[in-house]
Amino acid sequence: MDLLDNLALGFSTALGFQNVLYCFVGVLLGTLIGVLPGLGPVATIAMLLPITFGLEPVSAVIMLAGIYYGAQYGGSTTAILINLPGESSSVVTTLDGHQMAKQGRAGAALVTAAVGSFFAGSVAIIVLALFAPPLARFALEFGPPEYFALMVLGLIASVALASGAIIKALAMVVLGLLLGLIGRDLNTALPRMTFDLMAMIDGLQFVAIAMGVFGLGEIIRNLDSEQLSRGTVAKVGRLMLTREEARAIVKPILRGTVLGSILGILPGGGALLASFGAYTVEKKVSATPERFGKGAIEGVAAPESANNAGAQSSFIPMLTLGIPPNPVMALLAGALILHGIQPGPNVISEQPTLFWGLIASMWIGNLMLLILNLPLVGMWVRLASTPYHLLFPVIVVFCCIGVLSVNNATFDVLVMIGAGVIGYILLKLDCEPAPLLLGFILGPMLEEYLRRTLLISRGDPSVFFTRPLSATLLAFAVLLLVLMVLPSIRSRTNEALKE
Amino acid sequence: MLGWLSRRNLKDVLAGLLFIAIALILGWQASLLPFGTAMRMDAGYFPLVLSSLLGLLGVANLIKGLVQENDGTAIGFKLVALAPIVVGTMFFALTVRGLGLGPTTFVTAFVSAFASRYFRPLVALGLAGLLSVFCVVVFVYGLGVPLPVFGPWLGN
Repeated sequence: MDLLDNLALGFSTALGFQNVLYCFVGVLLGTLIGVLPGLGPVATIAMLLPITFGLEPVSAVIMLAGIYYGAQYGGSTTAILINLPGESSSVVTTLDGHQMAKQGRAGAALVTAAVGSFFAGSVAIIVLALFAPPLARFALEFGPPEYFALMVLGLIASVALASGAIIKALAMVVLGLLLGLIGRDLNTALPRMTFDLMAMIDGLQFVAIAMGVFGLGEIIRNLDSEQLSRGTVAKVGRLMLTREEARAIVKPILRGTVLGSILGILPGGGALLASFGAYTVEKKVSATPERFGKGAIEGVAAPESANNAGAQSSFIPMLTLGIPPNPVMALLAGALILHGIQPGPNVISEQPTLFWGLIASMWIGNLMLLILNLPLVGMWVRLASTPYHLLFPVIVVFCCIGVLSVNNATFDVLVMIGAGVIGYILLKLDCEPAPLLLGFILGPMLEEYLRRTLLISRGDPSVFFTRPLSATLLAFAVLLLVLMVLPSIRSRTNEALKE
Repeated sequence: MLGWLSRRNLKDVLAGLLFIAIALILGWQASLLPFGTAMRMDAGYFPLVLSSLLGLLGVANLIKGLVQENDGTAIGFKLVALAPIVVGTMFFALTVRGLGLGPTTFVTAFVSAFASRYFRPLVALGLAGLLSVFCVVVFVYGLGVPLPVFGPWLGN
């Protein structure tokens, strides 16, 4: 059994003292930022990235991954107890979770969220272990046209899932691609769009852009609508489920797990989409949809399972195809590249300890979260009540130090400030930043595959449509674009995302 | 004219103008590079194609904004929130090597704190003090970030 050998390898890696420690630090930090409103996993991972440079790549990825799925656990706690989603993916949990808390069933809601997350996480990890290796083997057959087509599809999908107008999201993707091309051209070594600045020859730092937009830009936007009001903290009560409650959550957890695992793999997907999707589905299949929003336990179980499943399964496209489906994965891909590992179909075969160690660590991390979180609820709630005006100067300073220490270049801090200001303006103009970040990561790769394709075909673009796989992928991309332009469907998806 | 303009969808108009401006700047930079042919793309090919695309999308946004009526939401940029953060981080970028991490973090945190409407000078001072000590201990002594605690401008 190959799989068992691989898992054994994974667990022997992940159970090393160091890696257990980094996994623990990762999930603890993840829970912390999941609890704190106004600080998301993208900004946190970007801030901590420099610290991981000195680590082994495995340990670094284990810790960074822990932050992402840890945040899914943490977000639910404050959503339920204070009606404050610490994480965007737990917004839907506030709907029924806080209602349950008001009715004195906070303990049940917390247990549901924790058990659902753990179950969903475990299943998604198995999905990852089973499907990633064959997918990677399949991807090894891909030529440049297929990769190009796949990236186009991924970018279009990220546009489809962005809220707001399509033209703006498309423009954000193109802007991201362009910014990604700044610096030395891979083929000709000519510096491009650098304004003759030496500092720009190696391009703009991904971390600086990510931290500018998701760190500073978000802070400024949070501040311009700042409110001191804090919800009242609900009493936790008994951390137990009644028999009826336990029976009621089984199916929603299963549905949320399946849906989350699938939605996590999709380009543009991940925890956020998964939680919204699961809530909508749960309401649809329920015999008593009127209970939703008034403390239905299914409305906690399904999205909380789905967001954790989605967080884990979104590793699949990044690790097997080298195409990050969401900004967090884009950051992790960036982290791997900084460690000298090119994300793509070769990761599993060339870095088996990294891949299987990561998978094993995810399960260990999920177990830690299940055991740790419930006893620590009191501490998390106290932390979440930290007023934002005491929190944001700390984040600002950490962003500065973090960006500076990536390359020890002051210029990167200036890039971050610029990205923060432009990011704030774009946020205010309803332009969502996630597509920009994906474009930024994919820009150089997209160009490289386009170049190779056209070099092989002697400049004939029809090759994209004569090779069956790339034709299919591009057809999907076009179909998606057409569907988006049709306004009726657009407004319906917007409603679904808002619900 | 101005009255008519103010009833348009200003968010789209501004986003369009912003995209057009960026497209022009980056397109100009890309046009300085050799273009090549589709078969052998040179350094300028893809950037110029993308800048043109961005410009077109910018124009589309602009037109869309001019055609649409304002939906009643104001944009409301808040300079009060923006300026302290920019000044604080700029101060960090320009002085961290000269003054060292300790003093710089102190000033950056204090200046940034002005961005909140719940700013209280004493609270901010205390926070900045604690934070700078924390950063020095964790980043310089703990993680070995190669920055001085007190820099050469302070006679070290």
